[in-house]
Amino acid sequence: MTSSNLHLYILAAPLLGAFAVNLAGRVSRRWVAPLTLGVLAFSTAASIVVLGRVLQEGTIHYTVGNWRPPYGIELVIDPLGALMLLLISAVALTATFSAVASVARDLPGREHLFFAMYLILIAGLTGLAMTGDAFNLYVLLEITSITTYGLIGMGSGRAPLSSFIYIIMGSIGACFYLLGVGYLYLLTGSLNMADIARILQGLHGTAALATAFAFILVGLWIKMAFFPLHGWLPNAYAMAPTGASVMVAPLMTKVTVFLMIRVIFSIFSPAYAFFQHPEVQAGIVWAAALAIVCASALALAQRDLRRMLTYIIVAEVGYMVGGVWLANTQGMTGAILHIVNDALMTLCLFLAAAAISSRTGSLELAGLRGLYRRMPVTMAAFTVGAFSMIGIPPTCGFFSKWYLILGGVEAGQWGYVGALLFSSLVNAVLFFRIIEIAFFPGDSGPGHEHEKIVIAEAPMMMLNPLVVTAIALIAVGLWSGPLVRGIIQVAIPGGF
Amino acid sequence: MHAIIAEIIAKYNYWIYVVLMMIGFYAMIGKRNLVKKLIGLNIFQTAIILFFVSTGVKRGGGIPIVDKHEALLHGVDVAKFVNPLPHVLMLTAIVVGVSVTGVALAILLRIYREYGTLEEDEILEKLGR
Repeated sequence: MTSSNLHLYILAAPLLGAFAVNLAGRVSRRWVAPLTLGVLAFSTAASIVVLGRVLQEGTIHYTVGNWRPPYGIELVIDPLGALMLLLISAVALTATFSAVASVARDLPGREHLFFAMYLILIAGLTGLAMTGDAFNLYVLLEITSITTYGLIGMGSGRAPLSSFIYIIMGSIGACFYLLGVGYLYLLTGSLNMADIARILQGLHGTAALATAFAFILVGLWIKMAFFPLHGWLPNAYAMAPTGASVMVAPLMTKVTVFLMIRVIFSIFSPAYAFFQHPEVQAGIVWAAALAIVCASALALAQRDLRRMLTYIIVAEVGYMVGGVWLANTQGMTGAILHIVNDALMTLCLFLAAAAISSRTGSLELAGLRGLYRRMPVTMAAFTVGAFSMIGIPPTCGFFSKWYLILGGVEAGQWGYVGALLFSSLVNAVLFFRIIEIAFFPGDSGPGHEHEKIVIAEAPMMMLNPLVVTAIALIAVGLWSGPLVRGIIQVAIPGGF
Repeated sequence: MHAIIAEIIAKYNYWIYVVLMMIGFYAMIGKRNLVKKLIGLNIFQTAIILFFVSTGVKRGGGIPIVDKHEALLHGVDVAKFVNPLPHVLMLTAIVVGVSVTGVALAILLRIYREYGTLEEDEILEKLGR
């Protein structure tokens, strides 16, 4: 085991860990949690080292099995990919603490199966952050999707039905992506992203290239639940087992947005994607604005905390897609920073929802009465997450939104700027409504005024990651200057 | 009119894949039975597999198995062999398709145990109650 291959172990550790968890878990369930956490802790530590190395020494190119590109599959870890690796492994590690606690309750006796799929999903996500091969990206995309279908299908009640609808929608998305790759292969005869980009330079403007681009883009939009194509997401994420949703909800959509950035910059070029057809670029920003407004409005109509959060995820996807397609440095910085921030905010809010549901059993908004007294720490962390979603400084949500708005102003996209402000207002209404409900005590009948308040916090395994995430939201906010200058502006791909 | 027909015949593999894809798409959206939706998904995937495989074909091309000594002595005439790469890619895509179908069938089993039916209307009716 040499340290020069460290980036490969980030992927290999959860993949091999999945098999170990499945085997050891059959012998004794006690092995499942330490193995899962150990493997993810290793991945997180390795990602930190790899990020440092990439920032110092530049992009790492690695050929798997020593088959030279363009024939072999190449792994490319650029600063943006290294940042995503760290985000994926850190978020997964934090979510796992809570998942261990809730899976032990929701799916007793099936922990080893759950965490085997969970780890394969994480291995797939880290693979997506590193791959430099267009077809390999399809395979990894399907690895993450298939494991997600399985994890969601393990839920109770409506979960299998939601999972089936997700299978149909997700597979259509993957097939569109594959078809796009097929057209690219016909045009260039290559599947290596860098090689395709080199050959495509002389082919800009052909109809086949536009078809390939459109298929790939629509495929990824279905996978990331961009507004009119979002139908599968709210049910799937709200019905999933609590342990699955705390990890899937923060990561899946964000990684797909990263893939969109990857495809635009590494396969096509910004000159082709953004500037050859300005009306297409402006149209997509308008679609993003529409997505933000509609998803925010739908979030207002929900009566269940977790369903409300899923619609907020759909709105946030609109933020990021719009930010990327603003096609200027501010917007791109905002979009990448928002990938990081939104993963953390969603993690914080889903962890809080998991902690609340472990105590109250339900997430109906009306049932949250008096929670500030019963679960003060959980609700304090929830408030930090809510402030970050609204965009109140010094939480990190403010800073990425600031960059996105600056980008929108620079591009003159006032519709998008307006949608961002509208969505912030709606988020404020949504979260202050919950804070108001939870702040006031329940309707205790007459004679119960001096009822003793029993503090019943969630178990430590759920509470600790929640507190850590809430602190991280503020820390990332306070240090977003160094984060943007040190990593993101280095990570913004060339040609910009 | 002749020109259009000539165009269709010249590129018939593309037309077949588009037609198959639309059949699969219709089944996924139009059919109310969940198993028929899944079959639609399989037709959709198969259409793309056929599209890829058809792109590797060359007129007069043979099976891409090359004798090593022959190739080292005289080189390889690529026009004599079909392009094997799309076929290899599609092996992977078939594996992906089979896994998706497997997971989907397992989930359909759970849905059937939960609701006692696989008709979407009846399930929604039961959920409404």
